[in-house]
Amino acid sequence: MAELTAHGAHPPSAAHATATGISNAKMGMWAFLGSECLLFGALISTYILYRHKAVSGPTPHQLYDIPFTSVSSFVLLMSSLTMVLAVSAIQRGDERRLRVWLATTALLGSVFIAGQIYEFTSFIRRGMTIKTNVTSGAFYVMTGFHGVHVTIGIVMLLSLVNLSVRGKLPQSKAEVVEIAGLYWHFVDIVWIIIFTVVYLIH
Amino acid sequence: MTAVEAVRPTSAPATPPRFLKRPKATDGVVGWLTTIDHKKIGILYGVTSFIFFLVGGFEALLIRLQLAQPNGNILTAQVYNQVFTMHGTTMVFLVIMPMSAAFFNYLIPLQIGAGDVAFPRLNAFSYWLYLLGGAFLYSSFLLGGAPNGGWFGYAPNTSITYSPGHNIDFWIFGLLILGIGSTASAANLIVTIINMRAPGMRLLRMPIFTWMALVANFLLLFAMPVITVALFLIMFDRQWGTHFFDPLAGGDPVLWQQLFWLFGHPEVYILVLPAMGIVSEVIPVFSRKPLFGYPVMVFSGVAIGFMGWGVWVHHMFAVGLGPVATSAFSVSTMLIAVPTGVKIFNWLGTMWGGSIRFKTSMHFAMGFVVMFTIGGLSGVTHALVPADRQQTDSYYVVAHFHYVLFGGSILGIFSGIYYWYPKVFGKMLDEKLGKWHFWVTLIGFNVAFGPMHILGLQGMPRRIYTYSASMGWNFWNFVSTIGAFTIAAGTLIFIYNVRKTDRHGAPAPDDPWDARTIEWITPNPTPEYNFIETPQISHQDEFWHLKYAEDDDGRLVKIGESPDFIQRRARPDEHIHMPSPSYWPLVAAFGLPVIGYGQVYRLWGISIVGLIILLSGIYAWGLEPSTEPPDPEYPEEAGGDHAQHELAEPETQLELTPAAETTDG
Repeated sequence: MAELTAHGAHPPSAAHATATGISNAKMGMWAFLGSECLLFGALISTYILYRHKAVSGPTPHQLYDIPFTSVSSFVLLMSSLTMVLAVSAIQRGDERRLRVWLATTALLGSVFIAGQIYEFTSFIRRGMTIKTNVTSGAFYVMTGFHGVHVTIGIVMLLSLVNLSVRGKLPQSKAEVVEIAGLYWHFVDIVWIIIFTVVYLIH
Repeated sequence: MTAVEAVRPTSAPATPPRFLKRPKATDGVVGWLTTIDHKKIGILYGVTSFIFFLVGGFEALLIRLQLAQPNGNILTAQVYNQVFTMHGTTMVFLVIMPMSAAFFNYLIPLQIGAGDVAFPRLNAFSYWLYLLGGAFLYSSFLLGGAPNGGWFGYAPNTSITYSPGHNIDFWIFGLLILGIGSTASAANLIVTIINMRAPGMRLLRMPIFTWMALVANFLLLFAMPVITVALFLIMFDRQWGTHFFDPLAGGDPVLWQQLFWLFGHPEVYILVLPAMGIVSEVIPVFSRKPLFGYPVMVFSGVAIGFMGWGVWVHHMFAVGLGPVATSAFSVSTMLIAVPTGVKIFNWLGTMWGGSIRFKTSMHFAMGFVVMFTIGGLSGVTHALVPADRQQTDSYYVVAHFHYVLFGGSILGIFSGIYYWYPKVFGKMLDEKLGKWHFWVTLIGFNVAFGPMHILGLQGMPRRIYTYSASMGWNFWNFVSTIGAFTIAAGTLIFIYNVRKTDRHGAPAPDDPWDARTIEWITPNPTPEYNFIETPQISHQDEFWHLKYAEDDDGRLVKIGESPDFIQRRARPDEHIHMPSPSYWPLVAAFGLPVIGYGQVYRLWGISIVGLIILLSGIYAWGLEPSTEPPDPEYPEEAGGDHAQHELAEPETQLELTPAAETTDG
């Protein structure tokens, strides 16, 4: 492998000695997620501000299908479990299970996205588009941003599966999976907040 | 290391396919386009932002010419709106922020004893986003008109109803592009400072500039997503027909102000904290005393960072948010003056009793302290709500923020330029011309912006393109215009100084100022590998403590000569293996303005092309190793591990999460 040659000059353990002991990549992801908190904070605040400000209907609250969204939320939550299993598999050096759990996580994420697409189309069919009122606009922008984040996460997971198939994701790179997991769990937690604040609390 | 040699031949076929051959050159045009060296990127930031400084300055001169006399007719109202909007946007986003970034990039790794930043290619990506984002914004002048809604783009004036052209769209997408670059840069520098400190460089031994940079970058990291959301909301209003800022449909224009100033006030500290850091380095060196109350300086900087999030409503007192909100933010605005005041007294305390050397850099630093104090005092007057109601949207506010941003940030940045010029370019700027530059700039600055206090209190509103002679504003406006041209003359002196130094300047000694911090233990100009040996830190002001100690009576005793501590290579012909340059940050960055043009003109095909460029750039970047295998031309490399273990932290682990790096907004 090209990387091995490049780093061959110094021992792998010493290569990533940092002042805190946390690798740069992991700390970089934490910093990025800190920034993302403010992004979703602003989006969720906008929705809360506008939730009762619609001057014409229909509003999201009239259309929510809580049982349906509960199921898709549950699916997304379960994907965090399979993500943990993927990290655990690579830490044990079990590359086959790594691929299985990564693919399962991506699949569960895709089910969630499919649910969101279904939800959006059903809302639009029932007369609530992004233009209908301020509440619908805030709803689509906020959940849309979240959906884009989940989609990026799915692309990331599938890239990892691809690398693993090509033998480029050995046990020594377990941290890469762990970092992708940080992102995935973050996106999951954001959804828990959105589901609670936006769907359940009226 | 024969094992390494053995691996190489078998590994060759596994190398991912390349669209472009990996660049090797470190000089020439390709060298600059593909560099991932934090020092070269710092120079790129500095030169680019100085060019934008001249452009923004030219816009300022146009504004002053138009207002020099009543009923001015140099600019039409429409062009005037574009010029003042672009002046503000340029000076904030394309000048002061990236000039600070120039210092961050060049100095942070050197001040903490590192080989480079944590993610060198991400660093290059941030720079290219800055350059391309700036070019994108300015291309609007050729494409039907520049942004014209003011630098804070108040809704609903920016809605499609009141601003139907593409002007505001260029502003939205330009700032989004710049914001992605700033966020990536902030995360990069935060990780660098926290993680890449040399052994012994505890947090409370870090140079004060690095500390202020850390605070400013945390502010950036958390402030940029807020304006990103605000820009997306206005974009959806303009292009997708939502009603976020449309009062008739239940939207609230004040939401724009809340989001903008929740970003905008931390932004003020993003602009001034780096300059405070620079001055806090310069004053001790030229006073030959340690920084007075270093820990207090650190904590007051951190306090400003926290309190900066709790004062934004003082930009909105005239909105009428009710007595409770107004009073609370009035009090917090007065409180934030306390850590700022602490800093001013500490700078005075540092100079007090010192043996001051009046070099140009010190002139600018002292100019900073005095001018920033004036700007700070006029700022505190905004905390008094009844007074603020009179001052809002008047020239008094214009006077105030120019005293903080020019009298503060720009004077501080010039102080840093004179101080670190020998470090960066290996030559000393001319002191005599430097002092001319300082005095002409300082006098011009006060003549230009001092009278604006009076004009504001006389009732002259901001952003008017002309006024009638009967208003009584003629005299001070004319004076102000003279001042603006004096500043321009000062800037010309600086340019002449740089040119003269470049052509005829004598090589700088390695420690020209008898400095205190460890960036000066590398030779001037800094070699591309920074430190041959990672410095071991045992003191705050490490370099000073290598050179000086105190005797039993507390007197300063010289214990070493600076040349003894400068790190020089034993074998100058020795080849040191550096992380390889890369095309991909530039390619990836190029995708974003393409997406932007597609969105401005609603041409989805172009946006998709841009997205493909962006994604291919990121993927190629993710798949290439951060450091190419040693070149067979230098066979000794693979065998010897000299110097290599000190060089930049490779980015190998991020390479598999390419999407995550760049998905902010």
